Amino acid sequence: MIRILVVLLLLAAPAFAISDPREALPDPAMEARAVTFGTTLRCLVCQNESIEDSGSDLARDLRRIVRTKLAAGENEAQIRTWLVARYGDFVLLKPPITLFTLALWASPVLCLLVAGLVMLLMRRSTATPPAPLTEAERRRLEGLTRT
Amino acid sequence: MIAELGHFGLALAVAFAIAQGILPLWGAHRGQARLMQTAPALALGQMIALGVSFLCLVLASVADDFSVLNIAENSHSLKPLLYKITGAWGSHEGSILFWCLILAICGGLVALFGGPLPASLRARVIGVLGLTACGFEMFALLESNPFARIWPPPLDGRDMNPLLQDPGLAFHPPILYFGYVGMAVPFAFAVAALLEGRIDAAWGRWVRPWTLAAWSALTGGIALGSWWAYYELGWGGFWFWDPVENASLLPWLVATALLHSAIVVEKREALKTWTVLLAIGAFAFSLSGTFLVRSGILNSVHSFANDPARGVFILGLLALVIGGSLLLYAIRAPKLGASGLFAPVSREGGIVLNNILLCSIAAVVVTGTLYPLLADLLLGQKISVGPPFFEATVLPLACPVFFAMAVGPFLSWKRAHLGPALIKLWWVAIVALVVGLVASMGMHAVPAIAMGGAAWMMLGALADLVERVRLFRVSLGNSVSRLLGLPLSSFGAMLGHFGLGMSVAGIAYMSLAAQTVVLLHPGEHAQVAGYDVKLVELHDAKGSNYNARVATLDITLDGRPVVTLSPERRAFTTQAMTTTEAKIHTNLLRDLYMVLGEERDGGAVLRLHHNPLAPWIWLGALVMALGAGCSLADRRLRIAAPTRAAAKAARA
Amino acid sequence: MNRRWLLLAPLGIAAGAGASFYAMLSGMKRGTFDPRGLPSQLIDKPLPEFNLPGFSRADVVKQGRPVLLNFFASWCVPCIEEAPTLMKLRAARVPLWGIAYKDKSEATDAFLLRHGNPFAHLARDLSGDVGIEWGITGVPETFVVDGSGIVRWHFAGPLPDEAAQVLATRFAA
Repeated sequence: MIRILVVLLLLAAPAFAISDPREALPDPAMEARAVTFGTTLRCLVCQNESIEDSGSDLARDLRRIVRTKLAAGENEAQIRTWLVARYGDFVLLKPPITLFTLALWASPVLCLLVAGLVMLLMRRSTATPPAPLTEAERRRLEGLTRT
Repeated sequence: MIAELGHFGLALAVAFAIAQGILPLWGAHRGQARLMQTAPALALGQMIALGVSFLCLVLASVADDFSVLNIAENSHSLKPLLYKITGAWGSHEGSILFWCLILAICGGLVALFGGPLPASLRARVIGVLGLTACGFEMFALLESNPFARIWPPPLDGRDMNPLLQDPGLAFHPPILYFGYVGMAVPFAFAVAALLEGRIDAAWGRWVRPWTLAAWSALTGGIALGSWWAYYELGWGGFWFWDPVENASLLPWLVATALLHSAIVVEKREALKTWTVLLAIGAFAFSLSGTFLVRSGILNSVHSFANDPARGVFILGLLALVIGGSLLLYAIRAPKLGASGLFAPVSREGGIVLNNILLCSIAAVVVTGTLYPLLADLLLGQKISVGPPFFEATVLPLACPVFFAMAVGPFLSWKRAHLGPALIKLWWVAIVALVVGLVASMGMHAVPAIAMGGAAWMMLGALADLVERVRLFRVSLGNSVSRLLGLPLSSFGAMLGHFGLGMSVAGIAYMSLAAQTVVLLHPGEHAQVAGYDVKLVELHDAKGSNYNARVATLDITLDGRPVVTLSPERRAFTTQAMTTTEAKIHTNLLRDLYMVLGEERDGGAVLRLHHNPLAPWIWLGALVMALGAGCSLADRRLRIAAPTRAAAKAARA
Repeated sequence: MNRRWLLLAPLGIAAGAGASFYAMLSGMKRGTFDPRGLPSQLIDKPLPEFNLPGFSRADVVKQGRPVLLNFFASWCVPCIEEAPTLMKLRAARVPLWGIAYKDKSEATDAFLLRHGNPFAHLARDLSGDVGIEWGITGVPETFVVDGSGIVRWHFAGPLPDEAAQVLATRFAA
């Protein structure tokens, strides 16, 4: 039962995902800015969708608010601050670079460094040269190579 | 009755699995040939028992047996027959049973085709597969039984989620599961090698076909899922870096690394311990992905909402399988023998670079996917890690891979020189540069560079063939005969790299996708990317378990009719849900994509898309899978040492 | 020697991941870990400024006493589930102020007629913008505001009985 409810809640989006032509701003450049900015904002009631992709009511309201604010002259940073004050960093699909997310953002470089380190360590530990031959082994080798 | 038979089949399979897990491994440990020889028979027995079990589930679904709880929760008498059958693997319990079935099929295939393998290796591989199967089958039997009854039976079922009642999504799970579960075979080979305490070139050659088959299925499954999202969700998106999508990407990345690493084991007996780790890692990621989806931990459209108790069971299972194999690895890996040496600039070096980059990409994807959970658990902070993060971190790591892909085949083994290799690609570089420059005139910088990169990859793959047939350096006839004499695996490799280039081109070109959202009344026109779309009329239609509104759209280009498309909006009666059915017309070079929205004031809101080169995204994946198929068909992979006759003689 | 540690590293990483997942699962069972919940940003912060038909921020602060604010709607199924709990709170003389979120007036009135009106004061947020000011993501959501206008507590979803009992006791004190 819970499963069905959860699924219904999650997938109610697709039926209404098409946006209304009345939503778009009259200025195409500003509308494009709104869309680009909207794709970085999380639809809070959907699973991992941006407000531009989602058809839920909350997403629609947030799209309207973004466009109203852009038309009023605010820039993306100000709108971002406004949203974060109300919903927290959760609303941003691109995590902000803070002390807590440093490891996250540094992960590509860290991975490459770790990979390089591992390679270095593996090569050094396997690069032990073979032990020198003992006297008996050396004579045996000479005997073999002479015939 | 059918359900009881299915239940019995499952229980029987558990019995077979226990025997299959214990007897051959003991036999191999003690060198007892009789015990080792029980392996194929047990594996086949398990496969048949599970086959019967799953067939019973399908039959119960087709027969509308609502006294079976699983059928009552997920099916409906009006559901079309196709979805009654494919729905068997759509629910949580059904999908676990399906997972077990494929694991058993893998064991059965090793039993049937593993003749040339040395007896002890084959016994160990089948034994490990048996142990793994045992765990999952017991989970299915105890915690997640699809044959549980409900009494009194409801009059009708609750119907399956309408989004799942779709041909693409019906077949996405089986193909994907063959990929996920198929990784169990290389995993079993790795564990068997650790148990045996040795790996040689022959092991590398035996592992490759199984890895290729599973990788091919994984590629196809991921591509199918992406394509489904594209045409079903209605706005042209096809990859969302959703946690469950990432969970399927991770084994794919590791399996690609494994595919290349196994070549080095086969050709040069180097990178042995690393390849074993990759084989364990690929399956570990497959398993972890399954766990995450079912545990309720992940926030995703895909997740089956589940109670945490089930999650704990699966976690325990994972601890045994993954923890056990990694512990074995830590203890036994040093025994695997010395590695061949190679210079940093060489074919092996190139493959090492490929592995480092692919594994780094995998590590970044894991970090991004799990970071919100860990931040919540450890710091109490709620953050989101979405597409902007992944695009910013994965693309820079992927670029060196794309570049090195074309150069790698031109490096010789053991020691090579970069200069001559790059010089051979001179014409590829020039064409790629030109493509990039032309693209930048219409696109932003990043997609334009990606287009250049795609050209580099596709032509680089062809350049490999060109080099092998010595085109323009010998007579044409000589080249042709060389071409015909090339082993299929060369074509496989070429197609694999070429296909990836195609996909990258398709993805890059999506930056030029055009879309329009309009409100049209019947008789009115709208334009998108030079195409004229006219709404002819709107009418009702009826399906077996839904009512639909259909729009008829006539599309013309410069006055010439192109196609008539009929996008729909469907309202499902039982589940009270509405879905959009986008209609797509493709000529394999571009997609015209029409979506019907709400109706207002006698007209309808329509979303019109023109997606140039979008079909290449999935065609590229198809070409990659085809390449794997080519390599599988290569006769060298079928002739393993010792040959079948010699093996038979040795056993007699 | 280095090699040994290197070979143990994958096991170590897997064990760490496993332990984290176990912690998450047991947290989910106990209710301390909710991967889907979103805590309110307003806790210990002053009430946002708003002026709705029905009441405004000034009206709430003027009370000088703690107030329970509930966002609801007639189209919200869990709100029906919550209605009896809210009526019990009203019987316990908890000051309940309701905000109808994105709801037609007639529908709200019909809902309150049908399920009982627990609210001392009712406001109507027709556009949903005030809800967004409060950072809600759906209905029902409940806030407790103290006498000086600071938000002290937030709950998303229908109020469970235990929470209602604790609230009734705290408000009585």
